[in-house]
Amino acid sequence: MAEPMKIRAQATGDKTVVRVLMAHEMESGQRKDANGKAVPAWFIREVGVALNGRPVLSAQWGPAVAKTPFLQFSLRGAKPGDRITVTWLDNRGDNRSDEALVV
Amino acid sequence: MPTRRHVIQHAATVAAALAGLGLLPGAAQAAWSRAAFEANSLAEALQALGVAAPVDSREVTITGPEIAENGAAVPVTISATAPGVKRLLLLVEKNPATLTALFEPGEAVEPNFQLRIKMAESSNVYAVALLADGRVLYARREIRVTLGGCGE
Repeated sequence: MAEPMKIRAQATGDKTVVRVLMAHEMESGQRKDANGKAVPAWFIREVGVALNGRPVLSAQWGPAVAKTPFLQFSLRGAKPGDRITVTWLDNRGDNRSDEALVV
Repeated sequence: MPTRRHVIQHAATVAAALAGLGLLPGAAQAAWSRAAFEANSLAEALQALGVAAPVDSREVTITGPEIAENGAAVPVTISATAPGVKRLLLLVEKNPATLTALFEPGEAVEPNFQLRIKMAESSNVYAVALLADGRVLYARREIRVTLGGCGE
């Protein structure tokens, strides 16, 4: 099971800046190990964000997103105390969902 | 004792039921646009997404370093000021697979995303916005990558 994400959602007036750090290797599939064997690709393919349980953003990623993915975006209309849920799903079918409150 | 045939039939029934509920990982992952993410040119990736040729526009921006010392984590921001952004894409021309990220922002989300990406070598990096009115706009930025900080 993957480590929890770090999620920070900071409201300034009507705008809330959301920063997410995900614990994932994001193996590109281009690398070879010490024995010269190709290391298979292992990466987050889908990301979903919900505000108080309502989906607000979805994304699809390829293996060229950097290791330990960092994503930043802005929400309109969120208030302190609102619940942000971030979910990811990788190409092995592993997934993780974490929450944070808007501050 | 169940025969092999029964086990297979049962497994198929369960799989069908799970797929119907959207619980099967395979069904959930069907959302990932495989053909687009496996394309190795800008034109091929856009074609796989069923998108027309993009037009250079100031309504889309891409920012990032001019020179990236570490190709393993290059910070890039893509954004669009045009109204009705359905999808916002990030593509790296000279990576093994061109399409890196595809965002679908809902009403509450601004079409402005910052992400760290891997770059195999110096390359043009594109932000492409797909608008509700059918327009496809792009912005381009060249990012030079110096591996190991030896400079060019």
